[in-house]
Amino acid sequence: MQDLSFITNWIHNALSSVMPAWLTVTVECVLIGVVLLLVYSLLALFYILYERKICAWFQCRLGPNRVGPWGLLQSVADMFKILIKELIHLNHIDRFLFALAPYLVIVASVLTFAVLPWGNGLQIIDFNIGIFFLIAVSSIGVLGILLAGWSSNNKFTLIGSLRSGAQMVSYELSIGLSVLTMVCLAGTMSVGGIVQEQSDMWFIFKGHVPAIIAFVIYMIAGTAETNRGPFDLPEAESELTAGYHTEYSGIHFGFFYLAEYLNLFVVSGVASLLFFGGWMPFHIPGWESFNHIMDFIPSTIWFLGKAFVLSFVIIWFKWTFPRLRIDQLLALEWKYLLPINLFNLVLMVLIITFGWHF
Amino acid sequence: MILLDIFGITNNGLLAITALLTGVALVALALWIAGLISPRSYNLQKGEAYECGIPTRGESMSQFKVGYYLFAILFLMFDVETVFLFPWAVRMRELGAQGLICIAVFFGVLVLGLVYAWRKGALEWK
Repeated sequence: MQDLSFITNWIHNALSSVMPAWLTVTVECVLIGVVLLLVYSLLALFYILYERKICAWFQCRLGPNRVGPWGLLQSVADMFKILIKELIHLNHIDRFLFALAPYLVIVASVLTFAVLPWGNGLQIIDFNIGIFFLIAVSSIGVLGILLAGWSSNNKFTLIGSLRSGAQMVSYELSIGLSVLTMVCLAGTMSVGGIVQEQSDMWFIFKGHVPAIIAFVIYMIAGTAETNRGPFDLPEAESELTAGYHTEYSGIHFGFFYLAEYLNLFVVSGVASLLFFGGWMPFHIPGWESFNHIMDFIPSTIWFLGKAFVLSFVIIWFKWTFPRLRIDQLLALEWKYLLPINLFNLVLMVLIITFGWHF
Repeated sequence: MILLDIFGITNNGLLAITALLTGVALVALALWIAGLISPRSYNLQKGEAYECGIPTRGESMSQFKVGYYLFAILFLMFDVETVFLFPWAVRMRELGAQGLICIAVFFGVLVLGLVYAWRKGALEWK
Protein backbone atom coordinates (compact mmCIF):
# COMPACT_ATOMS: atom_id res chain seq x y z
CA MET A 1 0.00 0.00 0.00
CA GLN A 2 1.51 3.32 -0.99
CA ASP A 3 2.10 5.69 1.88
CA LEU A 4 0.93 9.14 0.81
CA SER A 5 2.96 10.81 3.54
CA PHE A 6 5.86 11.02 1.08
CA ILE A 7 4.16 14.18 -0.24
CA THR A 8 4.08 15.87 3.16
CA ASN A 9 7.59 14.59 3.98
CA TRP A 10 8.91 16.07 0.75
CA ILE A 11 7.32 19.46 1.51
CA HIS A 12 8.61 19.29 5.07
CA ASN A 13 12.18 18.54 3.97
CA ALA A 14 12.10 21.22 1.29
CA LEU A 15 10.85 23.82 3.76
CA SER A 16 13.14 22.93 6.66
CA SER A 17 16.23 23.12 4.43
CA VAL A 18 15.67 26.82 3.74
CA MET A 19 14.13 28.20 6.95
CA PRO A 20 14.30 27.82 10.77
CA ALA A 21 12.12 25.28 12.58
CA TRP A 22 9.53 27.68 14.00
CA LEU A 23 8.95 29.24 10.59
CA THR A 24 8.62 25.79 9.01
CA VAL A 25 5.87 24.87 11.47
CA THR A 26 4.08 28.15 10.85
CA VAL A 27 4.23 27.76 7.07
CA GLU A 28 3.05 24.16 7.34
CA CYS A 29 0.12 25.16 9.54
CA VAL A 30 -0.88 27.84 7.04
CA LEU A 31 -0.54 25.28 4.27
CA ILE A 32 -2.79 22.85 6.15
CA GLY A 33 -5.32 25.63 6.67
CA VAL A 34 -5.37 26.56 2.98
CA VAL A 35 -5.71 22.93 1.85
CA LEU A 36 -8.44 22.35 4.43
CA LEU A 37 -10.31 25.43 3.19
CA LEU A 38 -10.02 24.32 -0.44
CA VAL A 39 -11.09 20.72 0.20
CA TYR A 40 -13.94 21.95 2.41
CA SER A 41 -15.39 24.30 -0.19
CA LEU A 42 -14.83 21.98 -3.15
CA LEU A 43 -16.44 19.07 -1.35
CA ALA A 44 -19.40 21.26 -0.36
CA LEU A 45 -19.88 22.31 -3.98
CA PHE A 46 -19.62 18.70 -5.11
CA TYR A 47 -22.10 17.55 -2.47
CA ILE A 48 -24.72 20.13 -3.40
CA LEU A 49 -24.59 18.92 -7.00
CA TYR A 50 -24.46 15.26 -5.89
CA GLU A 51 -27.61 15.60 -3.82
CA ARG A 52 -29.50 17.54 -6.48
CA LYS A 53 -28.62 15.02 -9.18
CA ILE A 54 -29.60 12.03 -7.03
CA CYS A 55 -32.87 13.70 -5.98
CA ALA A 56 -33.59 14.35 -9.63
CA TRP A 57 -32.95 10.74 -10.61
CA PHE A 58 -35.22 9.52 -7.82
CA GLN A 59 -37.99 11.65 -9.31
CA CYS A 60 -37.23 10.73 -12.95
CA ARG A 61 -35.92 14.24 -13.71
CA LEU A 62 -32.62 15.29 -15.22
CA GLY A 63 -31.57 17.66 -12.49
CA PRO A 64 -29.26 20.63 -13.11
CA ASN A 65 -27.95 20.33 -16.69
CA ARG A 66 -27.53 23.88 -18.02
CA VAL A 67 -24.41 25.34 -16.37
CA GLY A 68 -21.36 23.45 -17.59
CA PRO A 69 -21.32 19.88 -18.90
CA TRP A 70 -24.00 17.81 -17.09
CA GLY A 71 -24.58 20.81 -14.81
CA LEU A 72 -21.19 20.35 -13.16
CA LEU A 73 -20.75 24.08 -12.57
CA GLN A 74 -24.27 24.62 -11.23
CA SER A 75 -23.27 24.71 -7.56
CA VAL A 76 -20.33 27.02 -8.31
CA ALA A 77 -22.76 29.42 -9.98
CA ASP A 78 -25.17 29.07 -7.05
CA MET A 79 -22.47 29.87 -4.51
CA PHE A 80 -21.39 32.92 -6.53
CA LYS A 81 -25.00 34.05 -6.70
CA ILE A 82 -25.41 33.68 -2.94
CA LEU A 83 -22.21 35.71 -2.48
CA ILE A 84 -23.54 38.71 -4.43
CA LYS A 85 -26.89 38.84 -2.58
CA GLU A 86 -27.58 41.55 -0.03
CA LEU A 87 -27.10 40.86 3.68
CA ILE A 88 -30.34 42.28 5.09
CA HIS A 89 -30.00 44.17 8.37
CA LEU A 90 -32.89 43.25 10.63
CA ASN A 91 -34.50 45.52 13.19
CA HIS A 92 -35.11 43.62 16.40
CA ILE A 93 -32.46 40.93 16.51
CA ASP A 94 -29.69 40.18 18.99
CA ARG A 95 -26.88 41.31 16.70
CA PHE A 96 -23.96 39.67 18.46
CA LEU A 97 -25.52 36.19 18.72
CA PHE A 98 -26.94 36.50 15.20
CA ALA A 99 -23.44 37.10 13.82
CA LEU A 100 -21.85 34.46 16.07
CA ALA A 101 -24.11 31.56 15.06
CA PRO A 102 -22.62 30.90 11.54
CA TYR A 103 -19.11 30.91 13.03
CA LEU A 104 -20.02 28.16 15.49
CA VAL A 105 -21.73 26.03 12.85
CA ILE A 106 -18.84 26.31 10.38
CA VAL A 107 -16.10 25.86 12.99
CA ALA A 108 -17.78 22.71 14.28
CA SER A 109 -17.89 21.16 10.84
CA VAL A 110 -14.33 22.19 9.90
CA LEU A 111 -12.97 20.68 13.12
CA THR A 112 -14.78 17.38 12.56
CA PHE A 113 -13.59 17.53 8.96
CA ALA A 114 -9.95 17.74 10.05
CA VAL A 115 -10.15 14.60 12.20
CA LEU A 116 -11.27 12.31 9.36
CA PRO A 117 -8.73 9.80 7.97
CA TRP A 118 -8.20 11.17 4.46
CA GLY A 119 -5.68 8.60 3.42
CA ASN A 120 -2.60 6.71 4.43
CA GLY A 121 -0.48 9.41 6.06
CA LEU A 122 -2.85 12.24 5.15
CA GLN A 123 -4.70 12.53 8.43
CA ILE A 124 -4.50 16.06 9.82
CA ILE A 125 -5.38 15.71 13.51
CA ASP A 126 -4.68 12.36 15.15
CA PHE A 127 -5.43 12.72 18.87
CA ASN A 128 -5.25 9.61 21.01
CA ILE A 129 -8.88 10.45 21.86
CA GLY A 130 -9.67 11.26 18.21
CA ILE A 131 -13.16 9.82 17.90
CA PHE A 132 -14.18 11.36 21.23
CA PHE A 133 -12.85 14.74 20.10
CA LEU A 134 -14.97 14.33 16.98
CA ILE A 135 -18.17 13.76 18.97
CA ALA A 136 -17.30 16.65 21.26
CA VAL A 137 -16.71 19.24 18.54
CA SER A 138 -19.68 18.13 16.47
CA SER A 139 -21.96 19.14 19.36
CA ILE A 140 -20.80 22.77 19.00
CA GLY A 141 -22.98 22.85 15.88
CA VAL A 142 -26.14 22.42 17.97
CA LEU A 143 -25.18 25.53 19.91
CA GLY A 144 -24.90 27.51 16.69
CA ILE A 145 -28.32 26.37 15.52
CA LEU A 146 -29.94 27.22 18.87
CA LEU A 147 -28.32 30.67 18.86
CA ALA A 148 -29.41 31.28 15.26
CA GLY A 149 -33.02 30.48 16.11
CA TRP A 150 -33.09 32.47 19.31
CA SER A 151 -31.31 35.59 18.14
CA SER A 152 -33.47 36.02 15.00
CA ASN A 153 -36.46 37.14 17.10
CA ASN A 154 -38.90 35.26 14.91
CA LYS A 155 -41.39 32.64 15.96
CA PHE A 156 -40.62 30.25 13.13
CA THR A 157 -36.90 30.27 13.87
CA LEU A 158 -37.50 29.76 17.59
CA ILE A 159 -39.66 26.68 16.99
CA GLY A 160 -37.26 25.40 14.35
CA SER A 161 -34.19 25.78 16.52
CA LEU A 162 -35.83 24.18 19.57
CA ARG A 163 -36.97 21.24 17.48
CA SER A 164 -33.51 20.95 16.05
CA GLY A 165 -31.91 21.19 19.48
CA ALA A 166 -34.13 18.48 20.99
CA GLN A 167 -33.59 16.25 17.96
CA MET A 168 -29.84 16.70 17.70
CA VAL A 169 -29.07 16.22 21.38
CA SER A 170 -31.32 13.14 21.53
CA TYR A 171 -29.75 11.45 18.55
CA GLU A 172 -26.26 12.41 19.66
CA LEU A 173 -26.79 9.90 22.43
CA SER A 174 -27.31 7.12 19.89
CA ILE A 175 -24.24 8.20 17.94
CA GLY A 176 -22.21 8.25 21.14
CA LEU A 177 -23.34 4.77 22.15
CA SER A 178 -22.75 3.30 18.68
CA VAL A 179 -19.26 4.78 18.69
CA LEU A 180 -18.74 3.41 22.20
CA THR A 181 -19.72 -0.07 20.99
CA MET A 182 -17.15 0.12 18.21
CA VAL A 183 -14.48 1.56 20.53
CA CYS A 184 -14.98 -1.55 22.71
CA LEU A 185 -14.12 -3.67 19.67
CA ALA A 186 -11.23 -1.47 18.55
CA GLY A 187 -9.67 -0.96 21.98
CA THR A 188 -8.49 2.51 20.98
CA MET A 189 -10.03 5.93 20.43
CA SER A 190 -7.37 7.26 18.07
CA VAL A 191 -8.66 7.57 14.50
CA GLY A 192 -5.40 6.24 13.04
CA GLY A 193 -5.50 3.35 15.51
CA ILE A 194 -9.06 2.43 14.57
CA VAL A 195 -8.07 2.31 10.90
CA GLN A 196 -5.01 0.16 11.71
CA GLU A 197 -7.16 -2.28 13.70
CA GLN A 198 -9.17 -2.96 10.56
CA SER A 199 -6.18 -3.84 8.36
CA ASP A 200 -7.11 -7.54 8.24
CA MET A 201 -10.89 -7.11 8.11
CA TRP A 202 -13.38 -4.26 8.41
CA PHE A 203 -15.20 -3.88 11.73
CA ILE A 204 -18.61 -4.58 10.26
CA PHE A 205 -17.40 -8.11 9.43
CA LYS A 206 -15.20 -8.47 12.49
CA GLY A 207 -17.92 -7.57 14.97
CA HIS A 208 -20.71 -9.28 12.96
CA VAL A 209 -24.13 -9.02 14.75
CA PRO A 210 -23.51 -6.14 17.22
CA ALA A 211 -21.49 -4.23 14.64
CA ILE A 212 -24.32 -4.44 12.12
CA ILE A 213 -26.87 -3.31 14.73
CA ALA A 214 -24.56 -0.44 15.70
CA PHE A 215 -24.18 0.47 12.02
CA VAL A 216 -27.95 0.60 11.41
CA ILE A 217 -28.47 2.73 14.53
CA TYR A 218 -25.57 4.97 13.57
CA MET A 219 -27.04 5.59 10.12
CA ILE A 220 -30.48 6.45 11.56
CA ALA A 221 -28.98 8.73 14.18
CA GLY A 222 -26.61 10.29 11.65
CA THR A 223 -29.52 11.15 9.37
CA ALA A 224 -31.27 12.82 12.30
CA GLU A 225 -28.08 14.58 13.36
CA THR A 226 -27.76 16.29 9.98
CA ASN A 227 -31.46 17.34 10.00
CA ARG A 228 -32.12 15.42 6.83
CA GLY A 229 -34.50 12.96 5.30
CA PRO A 230 -37.42 11.83 7.42
CA PHE A 231 -36.03 13.88 10.33
CA ASP A 232 -36.14 17.31 8.67
CA LEU A 233 -38.61 18.77 11.17
CA PRO A 234 -36.40 21.75 12.08
CA GLU A 235 -36.71 23.05 8.53
CA ALA A 236 -40.09 21.64 7.57
CA GLU A 237 -40.79 24.22 4.88
CA SER A 238 -44.55 23.72 4.86
CA GLU A 239 -44.78 24.55 8.58
CA LEU A 240 -41.85 26.79 9.44
CA THR A 241 -40.84 28.51 6.15
CA ALA A 242 -37.16 27.58 6.53
CA GLY A 243 -36.77 26.75 10.23
CA TYR A 244 -33.89 28.17 12.21
CA HIS A 245 -32.24 30.02 9.30
CA THR A 246 -35.38 31.84 8.07
CA GLU A 247 -33.96 35.28 8.87
CA TYR A 248 -30.50 34.70 7.41
CA SER A 249 -29.91 36.15 3.97
CA GLY A 250 -27.16 35.99 1.38
CA ILE A 251 -23.90 34.35 2.36
CA HIS A 252 -25.07 34.18 5.99
CA PHE A 253 -27.61 31.62 4.83
CA GLY A 254 -24.94 30.05 2.65
CA PHE A 255 -22.91 29.08 5.73
CA PHE A 256 -25.76 27.02 7.16
CA TYR A 257 -26.32 25.47 3.75
CA LEU A 258 -22.63 24.62 3.42
CA ALA A 259 -22.38 23.18 6.92
CA GLU A 260 -25.45 21.02 6.37
CA TYR A 261 -23.91 19.34 3.32
CA LEU A 262 -20.52 19.00 4.95
CA ASN A 263 -22.10 17.42 8.00
CA LEU A 264 -23.62 14.85 5.66
CA PHE A 265 -20.11 14.07 4.45
CA VAL A 266 -18.71 13.99 7.98
CA VAL A 267 -21.42 11.60 9.19
CA SER A 268 -20.79 9.22 6.27
CA GLY A 269 -17.05 9.64 6.72
CA VAL A 270 -17.25 8.63 10.38
CA ALA A 271 -19.48 5.67 9.45
CA SER A 272 -16.89 4.54 6.93
CA LEU A 273 -14.17 5.01 9.55
CA LEU A 274 -15.92 3.01 12.25
CA PHE A 275 -17.49 0.23 10.20
CA PHE A 276 -15.75 0.10 6.81
CA GLY A 277 -12.15 0.74 7.72
CA GLY A 278 -11.66 4.43 6.86
CA TRP A 279 -9.06 4.46 4.07
CA MET A 280 -8.25 0.76 4.59
CA PRO A 281 -8.79 -1.30 1.41
CA PHE A 282 -11.12 -4.29 1.39
CA HIS A 283 -9.11 -7.22 2.73
CA ILE A 284 -10.05 -10.86 3.13
CA PRO A 285 -7.77 -12.82 5.50
CA GLY A 286 -5.89 -15.52 3.61
CA TRP A 287 -6.51 -14.16 0.12
CA GLU A 288 -3.06 -12.62 -0.25
CA SER A 289 -3.15 -11.94 -3.98
CA PHE A 290 -6.63 -10.41 -3.74
CA ASN A 291 -5.50 -8.16 -0.87
CA HIS A 292 -2.46 -7.15 -2.87
CA ILE A 293 -4.60 -6.09 -5.83
CA MET A 294 -6.87 -4.09 -3.52
CA ASP A 295 -3.84 -2.24 -2.14
CA PHE A 296 -3.21 -0.75 -5.57
CA ILE A 297 -6.29 1.48 -5.29
CA PRO A 298 -5.16 4.70 -3.54
CA SER A 299 -6.30 5.03 0.07
CA THR A 300 -7.94 8.44 -0.48
CA ILE A 301 -10.14 6.95 -3.20
CA TRP A 302 -11.19 4.18 -0.81
CA PHE A 303 -12.16 6.69 1.86
CA LEU A 304 -14.02 9.08 -0.46
CA GLY A 305 -15.76 6.20 -2.25
CA LYS A 306 -17.08 4.72 0.98
CA ALA A 307 -18.22 8.13 2.19
CA PHE A 308 -20.04 8.90 -1.08
CA VAL A 309 -21.82 5.54 -1.09
CA LEU A 310 -22.97 6.02 2.51
CA SER A 311 -24.11 9.56 1.72
CA PHE A 312 -26.11 8.12 -1.15
CA VAL A 313 -27.88 5.84 1.33
CA ILE A 314 -28.71 8.81 3.58
CA ILE A 315 -30.08 10.78 0.61
CA TRP A 316 -32.06 7.70 -0.37
CA PHE A 317 -33.76 7.71 3.07
CA LYS A 318 -35.15 11.16 2.31
CA TRP A 319 -37.06 9.92 -0.74
CA THR A 320 -38.26 6.71 0.91
CA PHE A 321 -39.69 7.67 4.30
CA PRO A 322 -42.31 10.31 5.13
CA ARG A 323 -41.47 13.01 7.66
CA LEU A 324 -41.92 12.08 11.34
CA ARG A 325 -43.89 14.07 13.92
CA ILE A 326 -41.91 15.49 16.85
CA ASP A 327 -43.41 12.99 19.34
CA GLN A 328 -42.68 10.05 17.01
CA LEU A 329 -39.18 11.36 16.52
CA LEU A 330 -38.40 11.53 20.23
CA ALA A 331 -40.16 8.22 20.94
CA LEU A 332 -38.06 6.53 18.24
CA GLU A 333 -34.87 7.69 19.91
CA TRP A 334 -35.70 7.27 23.59
CA LYS A 335 -37.96 4.23 23.51
CA TYR A 336 -36.43 2.20 20.68
CA LEU A 337 -32.92 3.21 19.65
CA LEU A 338 -31.55 3.93 23.14
CA PRO A 339 -32.66 0.62 24.75
CA ILE A 340 -31.56 -1.33 21.66
CA ASN A 341 -28.23 0.48 21.78
CA LEU A 342 -27.70 -0.29 25.47
CA PHE A 343 -28.55 -3.94 24.82
CA ASN A 344 -26.21 -3.95 21.83
CA LEU A 345 -23.37 -2.64 23.98
CA VAL A 346 -23.86 -5.55 26.40
CA LEU A 347 -23.93 -7.95 23.44
CA MET A 348 -20.68 -6.53 22.11
CA VAL A 349 -19.02 -6.80 25.52
CA LEU A 350 -20.13 -10.46 25.78
CA ILE A 351 -18.80 -11.24 22.30
CA ILE A 352 -15.45 -9.62 23.03
CA THR A 353 -15.16 -11.27 26.46
CA PHE A 354 -15.77 -14.74 25.05
CA GLY A 355 -13.75 -14.02 21.90
CA TRP A 356 -16.61 -14.74 19.48
CA HIS A 357 -15.61 -11.96 17.09
CA PHE A 358 -13.38 -12.67 14.10
CA MET B 1 3.13 0.90 6.71
CA ILE B 2 3.77 3.40 9.47
CA LEU B 3 1.34 6.19 10.30
CA LEU B 4 3.38 9.38 10.32
CA ASP B 5 2.17 12.60 11.81
CA ILE B 6 1.43 15.10 9.09
CA PHE B 7 4.59 17.16 8.42
CA GLY B 8 6.03 15.49 11.50
CA ILE B 9 4.04 17.86 13.73
CA THR B 10 3.38 15.85 16.88
CA ASN B 11 1.53 18.64 18.70
CA ASN B 12 -2.08 17.86 17.82
CA GLY B 13 -3.35 20.83 19.81
CA LEU B 14 -1.57 23.11 17.34
CA LEU B 15 -3.28 21.35 14.43
CA ALA B 16 -6.67 21.59 16.14
CA ILE B 17 -6.15 25.34 16.61
CA THR B 18 -5.16 25.58 12.93
CA ALA B 19 -8.41 23.87 11.94
CA LEU B 20 -10.39 26.16 14.25
CA LEU B 21 -8.79 29.28 12.80
CA THR B 22 -9.46 27.91 9.30
CA GLY B 23 -13.16 27.73 10.10
CA VAL B 24 -13.17 31.28 11.46
CA ALA B 25 -11.20 32.47 8.44
CA LEU B 26 -13.64 30.85 6.03
CA VAL B 27 -16.60 32.70 7.55
CA ALA B 28 -14.74 36.00 7.91
CA LEU B 29 -13.33 35.84 4.38
CA ALA B 30 -16.66 35.02 2.76
CA LEU B 31 -18.42 37.78 4.74
CA TRP B 32 -15.72 40.25 3.71
CA ILE B 33 -16.05 39.35 0.02
CA ALA B 34 -19.84 39.47 0.26
CA GLY B 35 -19.60 42.89 1.92
CA LEU B 36 -17.49 44.14 -0.98
CA ILE B 37 -19.62 42.93 -3.88
CA SER B 38 -23.16 42.69 -2.53
CA PRO B 39 -25.59 45.61 -2.94
CA ARG B 40 -26.86 47.55 0.04
CA SER B 41 -30.13 49.39 0.47
CA TYR B 42 -32.02 50.57 3.52
CA ASN B 43 -35.72 50.15 4.11
CA LEU B 44 -37.41 49.99 7.49
CA GLN B 45 -39.99 47.47 6.27
CA LYS B 46 -37.30 45.10 5.04
CA GLY B 47 -35.91 44.68 8.53
CA GLU B 48 -39.14 43.32 9.96
CA ALA B 49 -39.45 39.68 11.00
CA TYR B 50 -40.22 37.32 8.11
CA GLU B 51 -43.47 35.93 9.49
CA CYS B 52 -46.70 36.73 7.68
CA GLY B 53 -46.62 40.23 6.24
CA ILE B 54 -48.55 42.08 8.93
CA PRO B 55 -46.73 43.57 11.99
CA THR B 56 -45.68 40.76 14.30
CA ARG B 57 -47.65 40.33 17.54
CA GLY B 58 -46.15 39.57 20.91
CA GLU B 59 -42.61 38.80 21.95
CA SER B 60 -40.70 36.12 20.03
CA MET B 61 -37.91 35.65 22.56
CA SER B 62 -40.41 34.22 25.01
CA GLN B 63 -40.85 31.18 27.21
CA PHE B 64 -41.61 28.05 25.26
CA LYS B 65 -42.91 24.51 25.68
CA VAL B 66 -41.08 22.80 28.55
CA GLY B 67 -40.98 19.43 26.75
CA TYR B 68 -37.93 20.43 24.71
CA TYR B 69 -35.94 21.39 27.81
CA LEU B 70 -36.94 18.17 29.59
CA PHE B 71 -35.28 16.15 26.84
CA ALA B 72 -32.21 18.37 27.07
CA ILE B 73 -31.92 17.55 30.79
CA LEU B 74 -32.34 13.82 30.12
CA PHE B 75 -29.68 14.09 27.43
CA LEU B 76 -27.26 15.73 29.85
CA MET B 77 -27.61 12.83 32.28
CA PHE B 78 -27.07 10.10 29.68
CA ASP B 79 -24.33 11.91 27.81
CA VAL B 80 -22.23 12.43 30.92
CA GLU B 81 -22.63 8.74 31.74
CA THR B 82 -21.43 7.85 28.23
CA VAL B 83 -18.34 9.99 28.84
CA PHE B 84 -17.55 7.82 31.87
CA LEU B 85 -17.97 4.64 29.81
CA PHE B 86 -15.43 5.66 27.14
CA PRO B 87 -12.21 5.23 29.20
CA TRP B 88 -13.37 1.78 30.26
CA ALA B 89 -14.18 0.81 26.66
CA VAL B 90 -10.60 1.53 25.59
CA ARG B 91 -9.01 -0.53 28.39
CA MET B 92 -11.72 -3.20 28.44
CA ARG B 93 -9.53 -6.19 27.57
CA GLU B 94 -6.83 -5.29 30.10
CA LEU B 95 -9.22 -4.58 32.98
CA GLY B 96 -10.81 -8.01 32.69
CA ALA B 97 -13.43 -9.43 35.04
CA GLN B 98 -13.04 -6.85 37.79
CA GLY B 99 -13.56 -3.95 35.41
CA LEU B 100 -16.51 -5.75 33.88
CA ILE B 101 -18.26 -6.14 37.24
CA CYS B 102 -17.62 -2.50 38.20
CA ILE B 103 -18.96 -1.23 34.91
CA ALA B 104 -21.97 -3.59 35.13
CA VAL B 105 -23.03 -1.88 38.38
CA PHE B 106 -22.58 1.53 36.77
CA PHE B 107 -24.46 0.39 33.68
CA GLY B 108 -27.27 -0.98 35.86
CA VAL B 109 -27.72 2.44 37.47
CA LEU B 110 -27.80 4.02 34.00
CA VAL B 111 -30.51 1.63 32.81
CA LEU B 112 -32.47 2.17 36.05
CA GLY B 113 -32.39 5.90 35.34
CA LEU B 114 -33.88 5.32 31.91
CA VAL B 115 -36.56 3.00 33.35
CA TYR B 116 -37.39 5.59 36.01
CA ALA B 117 -37.74 8.40 33.46
CA TRP B 118 -39.88 6.14 31.28
CA ARG B 119 -42.20 5.11 34.12
CA LYS B 120 -42.50 8.72 35.30
CA GLY B 121 -43.77 9.61 31.84
CA ALA B 122 -40.85 11.92 31.05
CA LEU B 123 -40.52 10.33 27.59
CA GLU B 124 -44.15 11.07 26.62
CA TRP B 125 -44.66 14.12 24.44
CA LYS B 126 -47.57 16.04 25.89
